[in-house]
Amino acid sequence: MTGDVALLLRRAGFGPTAAELAAAQRAGYPATLAALLAPTDPDIGAAGAPAPDLGPDPHSRLREPNGDQRAEADRQRQIDLERLSQWWLDRMAAARNQAVEKLAFFWQGHWATAVAKVKSPQLMLAQYHTIRAARDVRDLAQRMVRDPALVHWLDGQLNTREAPNENLARELFELFLLGIGHYTEADVKQAGRALTGWRIDLAGQVTVFHPPSHDAGNKTILGVTGAFTELGLVDMLLSQPACARFIASRLWFRYASSTDPIPEPTRERMAAGFPDPMAMLRAMFTDEAFAGTADSMVKQPIEWFVGGMRQLGVRPAAIPTEMLPEILNGLSGMGQRPFNPPSVGGWPAGGTWLTSAAAQVRLSLAGKIVSLTDPGPLTPDDVAYLLCVDGWTDRTYAVLRGVRNQRMLLTIGLASPEYLVT
Amino acid sequence: MDRPYVCRAARCSQPTDAADHRTRQSGISGDLTMDALSRRKFLIASGVTGATALAAGAGGIALADLLSSAAPEAAATARDILVVVTLYGGNDGLNTVIPYADSAYHSARPELGYEPESVLPIDAELGLNPVLTGLRTLWGDGQLAIVSGVGYPKPDRSHFRSMDIWQTGSPTNPANSGWIGRWLDGIKAPVEAAVSFEPVLPPLLVGRSRIGACVSYRGLRVPDWIDPQVVAALGASHPQESPMRARAAAAYADLIEMARTVRSAQELADPFPADDDLDSLAASATGTGGSGALGTQLGLVARCVTLGVPTRMYSVSLGGFDTHAQERVGQELLLGQLDRALTGFVRAMSASPAGQRVTVVVYSEFGRRVRANASDGTDHGTAGPVLVAGPAVAGGRFGEQPSLADLDDGDLKATVDFRDIFGTLLARVLEAEPARYLDGYEPVELPLLRTERGPASVDHPTD
Repeated sequence: MTGDVALLLRRAGFGPTAAELAAAQRAGYPATLAALLAPTDPDIGAAGAPAPDLGPDPHSRLREPNGDQRAEADRQRQIDLERLSQWWLDRMAAARNQAVEKLAFFWQGHWATAVAKVKSPQLMLAQYHTIRAARDVRDLAQRMVRDPALVHWLDGQLNTREAPNENLARELFELFLLGIGHYTEADVKQAGRALTGWRIDLAGQVTVFHPPSHDAGNKTILGVTGAFTELGLVDMLLSQPACARFIASRLWFRYASSTDPIPEPTRERMAAGFPDPMAMLRAMFTDEAFAGTADSMVKQPIEWFVGGMRQLGVRPAAIPTEMLPEILNGLSGMGQRPFNPPSVGGWPAGGTWLTSAAAQVRLSLAGKIVSLTDPGPLTPDDVAYLLCVDGWTDRTYAVLRGVRNQRMLLTIGLASPEYLVT
Repeated sequence: MDRPYVCRAARCSQPTDAADHRTRQSGISGDLTMDALSRRKFLIASGVTGATALAAGAGGIALADLLSSAAPEAAATARDILVVVTLYGGNDGLNTVIPYADSAYHSARPELGYEPESVLPIDAELGLNPVLTGLRTLWGDGQLAIVSGVGYPKPDRSHFRSMDIWQTGSPTNPANSGWIGRWLDGIKAPVEAAVSFEPVLPPLLVGRSRIGACVSYRGLRVPDWIDPQVVAALGASHPQESPMRARAAAAYADLIEMARTVRSAQELADPFPADDDLDSLAASATGTGGSGALGTQLGLVARCVTLGVPTRMYSVSLGGFDTHAQERVGQELLLGQLDRALTGFVRAMSASPAGQRVTVVVYSEFGRRVRANASDGTDHGTAGPVLVAGPAVAGGRFGEQPSLADLDDGDLKATVDFRDIFGTLLARVLEAEPARYLDGYEPVELPLLRTERGPASVDHPTD
């Protein structure tokens, strides 16, 4: 098995450091892949970036609050959210087991839940822990259908026997587990009934089943009749052949190509690894079709940011407090603020990241990242080495040659098309 | 949940011709049509023409260039103009145009429904939502047509798929071109013929060989600590580069071009919305449709129309109509925005000679379920009303209000196919042959426009 180790590292993680790339090139493709997908050592990097203890949601302590108390609780949530966002960026950068952390990022985008509606940073952190704790896709889906952030995001806590709300049911079918074309509207309505009866305990950060609100009657879903509940529903969706194929195509979309559809043989090979996501990724990374996707994927803004921080040796935890809002606003401006996808459809992809508006913000943010470093004298080749870029086009090389300022060199490197598209 | 429409990624992959994206011009050229054309070729080469991943910067032309194409003296002989307003999220039609006299309405929506005395009646059967005071006045003036029960066969309740259906005009087969896009193909339209003021070009304006222009209404500037020439150099295309890297480079060239032209447009005329809030830029980068600022978008349309810009079709949008919970407050807020923006626009058009030729159509991807859910909201439904407004409109009611007693599994049965409305507008406003652009569908023409206006002519290829 041969392959482009650099491409593998860029796609499987957030962006290798020069040292990581050199070591991987010595080890070769098979050994690198094995180390990525089945890491044996505990992740001392991640261990050095433990999740913050945010305490209880400030709203959960208020009984009949007045306006001032509510405003104060909202203010505290803002602070908690910034802290959480900074920690998550730091964790992605610090982790040695990059493929593990990248997969968590993938799942967050897949079960796209936005803090803009959920409001509680505590629930968003609980969802992160849920994603990390899941053994495989099956276990994850069973946990997510009860995840308080997801349930709140899709109005599940308002879904009762008297008037079922099908929002969560619909997205389980359409966006999370099966994809369009593998179910009917009647299935969605019936599945909504199966999901009735859940409430959210904000203080405990859990969902709680409330039997009187649950519709315990028979439902007919995908041709099967029974008194489905949330777990029975999810189990049945997971057992559909379409499910494994759908997850395979979503992994391909984020790791391989957001423009070319997954080739049928690749999809079947990946689906064979279901429900183990690492086995599915292994099938993809060892497929010839993957190698053919080089130079076609636009880095998502968070990937771009985290990768740049890793390569320049700056921890997001070290971002000064006064600069943090600018950094987070910069990520918003590029279209990807942590914990806040634009819709349940998830983050956009590909050329959509390449607007002139995003280009402006990218330049600004690259400048801010670089301002946190103190580079010595650099040549254009040094910049390529640091950022693990295969090489510059004549265009970019000429631009870099014309720049005298070390920080400007790195800024242009981070903004360059060669760096942005892997 | 607030779910703005999110564009689907490219499904069609067209052959890449490296020579095509090599020809992209620098953008500093004065010949903007050529520049936009070569950009369009570039987009085709990148395989994104059928896609919705057309970024504002990539398919964009600058507002100042659009305005510079204006010929005020030609305004008197100008042709009719269509403005399409898309409401993303699925607007609740039953609480927009309300069957207030129907007891079935009140029993289906005990909390969510509007009391008969609170609605703004248009006749003994229907009334407008209480916040639609401007539209009620337009109705009284005969400038508002309301088409009831609009949908299509076998309704799809996915936001994404249903919006695709309305925009591609193809309910049965997934299509990768919009009906306006195919019209652009058919008349070999110049680049300014169809313009979107939304952050991202909607599929509606994507044809097989041509695409509409996407004009950013927000200002852009290059950070002051970096030499614009350096940014421009980074934006130069490179022959050996992959299509996606070429697009990444093009974004920098676009940034320089936009910063320059927005500056000159600001010197030219009205103040633009400030862009110093970085958060506000998110909308231009996320690929979501239907951000706010409908008033701003329609204001720009009004300005282009009165200046005599030769654009025939404008696309604008408002998002946030996915009211699964606590619907009344949220929908009233949005309908209020729609009311102010649309009424102001139609008033401005009525007062302007060039505006006499402007017709606006307002639609959403579906209506909502008749019965309220337990969250004081409604789930995805089917048919809804479509509004057509403007000085040339024959005001009144069209179509049949769907029965609340004879439902299809809890949802309204459509009485009018949306292609009948779009087909009418193609024929009567864009002077085109509807079936040609509606995938062979032969629409039933509706008398939405006054007949005493000049006769419609046939398609005229313009190049």
